[in-house]
Amino acid sequence: MGNKTTFDFDANIDGALKDDQLRKNLRKAMDILVDKRRAVFPDTAYLEQLRSAGNAIKRRALKQLPRLLEQLEANCTKNGIQVHWAEDTAQANGIVLEILRRHDARDIVKGKSMVSEEMHLNHFLEANDIEAIETDLGEFIIQLNHETPSHIIVPAIHKNKDEVAAIFHDKIPDTPYTENVEELTAIARRVLRKRFAAAKVGLSGVNFAIAETGTLLLVENEGNGRMCTTVPEVHVAVMGLEKVVEKLSDVPPLLRLLTGSATGQMITTYVNMITAPRRSGEKDGPKEVHLVILDNGRSRMLADPEFRQTLLCIRCGTCLNHCPVYVRIGGHAYGHVYPGPIGKILTPQMEGLDQAGVLATASSLCGACGEVCPVRIPIPDLIRRLRNESYDQDGSAVVKGGGYKKNLAETLVWKGWSLANRSPLLNGIGTRLAGKAGKRMPKVGPLKKWTRVRTSPQVARTSLHERARNEGVKDE
Amino acid sequence: MSSHQNVRDRILARLHASGAELTTVPEAPLPPELSLDREAKIERLAAMMTAMRTDVHIVDTHNWSDRLKELAREKGWKRLLYGPEGPIGSNIETAWASDTAGLPELVAYTGPMEAFKEDLFQIDAGITSVRAGVAETGAVVLWPTSHEPRLMSLVPPVHVAVLDADTIYNSLGEMMTAERWADGMPTNALLISGPSKTADIEFTLVFGVHGPKELVLLIRK
Repeated sequence: MGNKTTFDFDANIDGALKDDQLRKNLRKAMDILVDKRRAVFPDTAYLEQLRSAGNAIKRRALKQLPRLLEQLEANCTKNGIQVHWAEDTAQANGIVLEILRRHDARDIVKGKSMVSEEMHLNHFLEANDIEAIETDLGEFIIQLNHETPSHIIVPAIHKNKDEVAAIFHDKIPDTPYTENVEELTAIARRVLRKRFAAAKVGLSGVNFAIAETGTLLLVENEGNGRMCTTVPEVHVAVMGLEKVVEKLSDVPPLLRLLTGSATGQMITTYVNMITAPRRSGEKDGPKEVHLVILDNGRSRMLADPEFRQTLLCIRCGTCLNHCPVYVRIGGHAYGHVYPGPIGKILTPQMEGLDQAGVLATASSLCGACGEVCPVRIPIPDLIRRLRNESYDQDGSAVVKGGGYKKNLAETLVWKGWSLANRSPLLNGIGTRLAGKAGKRMPKVGPLKKWTRVRTSPQVARTSLHERARNEGVKDE
Repeated sequence: MSSHQNVRDRILARLHASGAELTTVPEAPLPPELSLDREAKIERLAAMMTAMRTDVHIVDTHNWSDRLKELAREKGWKRLLYGPEGPIGSNIETAWASDTAGLPELVAYTGPMEAFKEDLFQIDAGITSVRAGVAETGAVVLWPTSHEPRLMSLVPPVHVAVLDADTIYNSLGEMMTAERWADGMPTNALLISGPSKTADIEFTLVFGVHGPKELVLLIRK
């Protein structure tokens, strides 16, 4: 399934639900991730305590966010890392391009970074004649097939090995068809090692930026992140401004939560902490390190006490793995960079409810995402809040595009409902009329859509009030 | 596009105006830390790293290089990258001074990477000392230096790491505090828990993606 340029959520969902292969691939993968997480946190009391600590650490960071960012900038600058600020993705792209141009670079090797996806950096660079080379195996696979990630952590999880085999055979010259996963991995290694050795500039994301020391911390398993941040002359790191934490001692509990929640690992193969470009006398490492700090709507989220919790997120992706909607439709159906529960609360706030508010409707509100979130983001509460702001009956919406679903008919229905429930007379008439209608709910307008895949509710012939009266219960 | 300073100041001004600093954050103590004795730490680190496909050997501090030579012959490395001025450089040179049959050629990492990048990508093994170990998760900690640069543990397909048993901490947190990391971080600090790996295709675990395919750990005690 390719990525559509226009966003039709209903059509995407229909398509995904009918794609048996996709659903099989997803079910298998998500079950594995759920089991692995459970296995790495066997002690529930320990996990709950760790989650509370993670929540407190991130909240403490948000409480001091501007001060910590200034401290991070000061310490990075002192260490020789050049810090850039970007209001939006266009500015962030411009900064990266300017660095590439200054070094006369024709290509850039990239470690996995969701912020770079948010920037649509590859597309932007391509338009400027610069080749962006994804080096994470999953990202490499989907880039060959001109797709975007379908999962925050395992971007090619919607593909099975047969599909990967076909992509490698078709897209990499002189590659024999093989479904052997070790051989497929070896092919990627062979192709990309040449690119690592040749590239002038490497790009990475940031998992945690430590204000206290001016350190950028990255986790990974493949070694491509270390390659991108060590071999080229220049390293550019991009981060959302919520990635900053106060001090080094905040890192161990967050790391444990991140790797445990993301992939069920005690620790990743590599934890890479970068504090400076190559210092005098050192023999390798980039000679220039740049840090791009991106806002793109995040500062607006901080201003609301409830929505601000979106910024606690450490991008582990476990809410996707546990989501009954995600597991059935996969990441592409959401039509935006961040899929699943976190995407449902993040994307409408970034792009506006009128643009992406529909994402918040794709939830059964089962609560699983909130229960597993390592930093205790109350995702279901935020989904409900976004749904309310979509109608904005009381004119209090803070998210851009609030009230986009507000319409006269529905407003009148709610006004009527409210009135009917405050007036015993109207209430009595209403319930009697509904009782008369019984099973015959009119299948028109929104009711028709609602009952298309649901059993219509049946209204009892007699109301509870009536029955109570008939039974002789005294009315208060 | 507005100037850099303006962008920065506008973002910070919005963050300052957010009212976030007025929130109260409750204290949330960390779960109890692991606390093992020396032997148990060695055992745990070895078990955790073995589970991540590291080839762990517990060796004698005094003649550890004999075991290294055995391994080098057994595995048939052609060339071994080392840092002559690093903590284990002279040990290796002494060991390689005699009885050299079947041993890999020693390659010294002496100049800047640019001077020998092409060759570096052809070498099949690299050996480094490590600063410490972490028992809880199973990992070795490297602070690469000019004597043992960063790429030694990344580019060659085999990385041999030499750890002293006395430097194993219970946890990352314990180590950061004990070694006062906050007072000054190196250019690059690394935790390594095994050979590079991926599970990006159908969750099939494959070792040896972009980093080393093999990690050999010698624990000296």
